Amino acid sequence: MSNIPKTRKEMPLTPISYPTVGSMGKTGFWRTFRPEVDYSKCTQCTLCWIYCPDAAILRQEDDSPKIDYDYCKGCGICANECPVKAITMHREEE
Amino acid sequence: MARMIIDAANHIAGYAARAARVKVVAAYPITPQTTVVEKIAEFVESGKMDIEYIRVESEHSAMVACIGAAAAGVRTFTATSAHGLALMHEALHWASGSRLPIVMAVVNRAMGAPWSIWPDFSDSLSQRDTGWIQFYCADNQEVFDTIIQAYKLCEDERVFLPAMICLEGFILSHTYMPVKIPDQKEIDDFLPPYKSGWILDTNHPLSHSNLVSPEWYMEFRYMIQEAMENAKRLIPVIDKEYRERFGFEHGGLVEKYKCEDADLILLTMGTMGSEAKIAVDSLRREGLKVGSARVRVFRPFPIEEIEKLAEHAQMFTAIDRHISFGMEGFLATEIKASLFNQKDALLVAGFIAGLGGRDVTSEAIGKIAKKSLKWMHYGKVEREIEWVDLRE
Repeated sequence: MSNIPKTRKEMPLTPISYPTVGSMGKTGFWRTFRPEVDYSKCTQCTLCWIYCPDAAILRQEDDSPKIDYDYCKGCGICANECPVKAITMHREEE
Repeated sequence: MARMIIDAANHIAGYAARAARVKVVAAYPITPQTTVVEKIAEFVESGKMDIEYIRVESEHSAMVACIGAAAAGVRTFTATSAHGLALMHEALHWASGSRLPIVMAVVNRAMGAPWSIWPDFSDSLSQRDTGWIQFYCADNQEVFDTIIQAYKLCEDERVFLPAMICLEGFILSHTYMPVKIPDQKEIDDFLPPYKSGWILDTNHPLSHSNLVSPEWYMEFRYMIQEAMENAKRLIPVIDKEYRERFGFEHGGLVEKYKCEDADLILLTMGTMGSEAKIAVDSLRREGLKVGSARVRVFRPFPIEEIEKLAEHAQMFTAIDRHISFGMEGFLATEIKASLFNQKDALLVAGFIAGLGGRDVTSEAIGKIAKKSLKWMHYGKVEREIEWVDLRE
């Protein structure tokens, strides 16, 4: 939803934003470290999905995570929270 | 049915919040404001008000809670004084910038250090530039009426701004006077439920007042200025409608008394305006042509009314219960600024009086007027700022 006003008369009294996917562009390119999931270790506890501050982890049918690399900024919180070390961080260029 | 009660202005402010059917009150106690929210707490406790009463850990939180409630589309009220108001400062900008019609009673108290609990306008005037409308009251009836009027004004879509209703601590806050409380149904007719332009709703999520780049920011500021201009036009209209319905009128933007033929006009705010009227009567008995103009609304500032008052007078004297250190009182400054581009600007003198609750009696105002008249006859203001009753 992008209704950019042209004149002052079309402007709201205060800026109002509606939630949209990727309004700031694909922020995944900010990433330095990339989380990778070892599905053989994953216990489907969903902690990574709960803790992801950018909602960039999708919860699959079987509760295992799927990382959305278009928006994952590589903060590493999921890897830190994972109780079975199923998520590891890797340098992007590697 | 309308009824007369005798009560203190702080309690009357509570009655007004109840009559306005506010839905959320968030407040933190501070002298001399405390009895405002105590009265509301009593109404809630006794089942006379069905509201969300939010007890918070600071005035900053009180204002932020009101912002959240107003953004969710409900009528909100709070009250504070002095350092509590100062602590709110940052949030005050958020309320006005988000265009939320919050109404707040500010029970004026001098700022420390040194500590004082007695009144002057240094607390509310320090918030002059926050985008809040500011009313200053002269008696308890005006406190009630102005709170009701303020909701009507602030919730008008041409305004959508918050307002402070300022009343001097103790002189009004704890002083009992008779007040007419109009019939609730008639108040409901005058003040319909609040309809906001946008609301926070979990079913239709949005965020407001977000980051804007330099290419948009100025327009948002301009719209606040426009809203202030609209408020300036609407305040006298609302005050008049209120009189027609309820019998009380408070002068719109400026309450004028015997100004038509006055050589000298005394400009005041708040309760000094009531004392000034007594002073004017006494000076008139001596044959001195003096009038009184009580500036009831400080923001938006009534420039046009001040200009009009200047047409027939020879001199203005501003009496400030306030000092902007290194300059003068704000009332004097604003009056001079209002007149500056006029062809034959008149003399303006500024007197500082009543700081920290020192009494400003009609006799003191009479003396100020006589000194002013002397300067008027010389054709020169002897001193730009004159402190009244200052110890040697």
